[in-house]
Amino acid sequence: MSAALSASIVARGFFSSEAVAVACGVGGVVAFVSACVGVFTVMRGQSFAGEALGDIGTTGGSAAFLAGVGPLWGIVAIDIVAAGVMELIGIQRPRGRDLATGIVLGAALGLAALLLHFDATYHNTTGVANTILFGSAFTIAARTIPEVALLGAAALAIVAALYRPLLLSSVSAEMAAARGIPVRLVGAAYLLALALAVALAAMTIGTILSTALLIGPAATALRLTRRPGRAIALAGALGVGAMWLGVLLAYDSFYWPPKEHGWPVSFFVVALIFAGYLLAGAIARVGPGARARPAALMRKEWE
Amino acid sequence: MGRAEQISGGEEILSVQGVSVRLSGREVLSEVSFAIHPGALTGLIGSNGAGKTTLFRVILGLQRASAGHVLLAGRPRSHRNPLIGYVPQKFLLDPDMPLRARDLVGLGIDAHRLGIPRPSRARRALVAEMLEAVGAVGFADRRVGRLSGGEQQRVLIAHALAGAPRLLLLDEPLANLDLRAGQEVVALLARIARERDVAVLISAHEMNPLLPVMDRIVYLAGGRAVSGTVEQVVRADVLSELYGSHVDVLRVHGRVLVVAGAGEEEERSGVGRHGHEGVFPAPEVVK
Repeated sequence: MSAALSASIVARGFFSSEAVAVACGVGGVVAFVSACVGVFTVMRGQSFAGEALGDIGTTGGSAAFLAGVGPLWGIVAIDIVAAGVMELIGIQRPRGRDLATGIVLGAALGLAALLLHFDATYHNTTGVANTILFGSAFTIAARTIPEVALLGAAALAIVAALYRPLLLSSVSAEMAAARGIPVRLVGAAYLLALALAVALAAMTIGTILSTALLIGPAATALRLTRRPGRAIALAGALGVGAMWLGVLLAYDSFYWPPKEHGWPVSFFVVALIFAGYLLAGAIARVGPGARARPAALMRKEWE
Repeated sequence: MGRAEQISGGEEILSVQGVSVRLSGREVLSEVSFAIHPGALTGLIGSNGAGKTTLFRVILGLQRASAGHVLLAGRPRSHRNPLIGYVPQKFLLDPDMPLRARDLVGLGIDAHRLGIPRPSRARRALVAEMLEAVGAVGFADRRVGRLSGGEQQRVLIAHALAGAPRLLLLDEPLANLDLRAGQEVVALLARIARERDVAVLISAHEMNPLLPVMDRIVYLAGGRAVSGTVEQVVRADVLSELYGSHVDVLRVHGRVLVVAGAGEEEERSGVGRHGHEGVFPAPEVVK
């Protein structure tokens, strides 16, 4: 753990810790972007592609470590390349989708096995694999903040610009094509946004756990609201909430056993997201949205 | 059929001229020609594999014709065609999809535009008008994926109408509906054609549900088509020529049955299926 963090433990100040501030800032941006983009991932049935892009980040992260640069750009680069290859192999066809994703995932992870081996051998450390796979929010360098903000804004801008064509082609590619929407182009642009969002999440909570941030808040929001705009806003809020609460709990866990060895942020974030998903399921089953509301009430709302 | 003749005097909204389509060496459509007019409801009738969906794809510009062309309002069709509203055959939406019927209708107005839609009084009013027109106000705020087949069909029609099309294409809208829901959808489409002066083209493998409202018929068999009023087309001599083998046209209890004639030819020509459907009419119609 960084020196700044050790100092902050001594100071026992959550709000005065720079590591906490960076983790909350970067984590918050990343969680918001991932969750918003993830709503479309769930709607389009591309969860496997999202998971794969996260896993594939391992290759980029381990290569970046070997080259001695920050993991973010390695993960971003490999994910964009992987998304491009998936698109070329045929992710736009439902039947080719799993195949394209699986083939690219397998090839990239094979390469990751080699790179992680080199990382461990040449740098004489095994911790790097752990950090890449499961993340370490408290070790994020403060200088990555502008990069994260830029990439996050790019992902959100793509989704916002394509909102309507993307929504219709997610509902029915056939209807979208009939309206003259270039369905494949829209799909490819979305895949780019997905690659960016997943790369950010992979850097923050780990390549393997990035799916949780992408899919979890989105799936939870889908259970709680039936309006697309609200689902995106709610997913974003849930993602940020889980991330910040996760950072807080991880900070507190320094005083939990084993003492002076805090639990990983990623664990808390993922656990909170999972609990939220289960809770939303229970709410959706018994809550007011479970059954159709009386017609009079609906008409009132509509006016 | 005075109405149909009267309509056919107006401008053509869709003109299909000698369209042929070859798909992997097989001629799916062969010199298909017909025209339809605003305010008229036309049935595109043919058994499965007759080329109905391919013809729709050509009209929508999703499939290139190997010969012939399609004119929309007298002009060659452009890439984006606001003139056409389309309702696809299969619509399977996840029940958990966060999309209300109202949202899907809203996408019918401006799905091709970039950016997030800004809520406006005019947009809301247009959505409400479309929902009203198809009788979908009662379930406008439910998730589309959780609606029944008939309800979804209405919402899809409202979605298609929201773009103010002059031509409405519906691919087998009755395929997944029970008899009652089917009748309601047919009546709704006939009303839309008349009141909104829209040309409605409905594909179906069974013509009987459309008989009460159909102004014109385009009958497809083996990739070839004949078109005209029901009286002009659904005749033994016309359909026998189309099928290339003898068929009989029987009228029983207001239903039309196209029955393959005697002989081994029926197997080959594919008329057998039709005959089969006709010989055993659905019980609710026989009563």
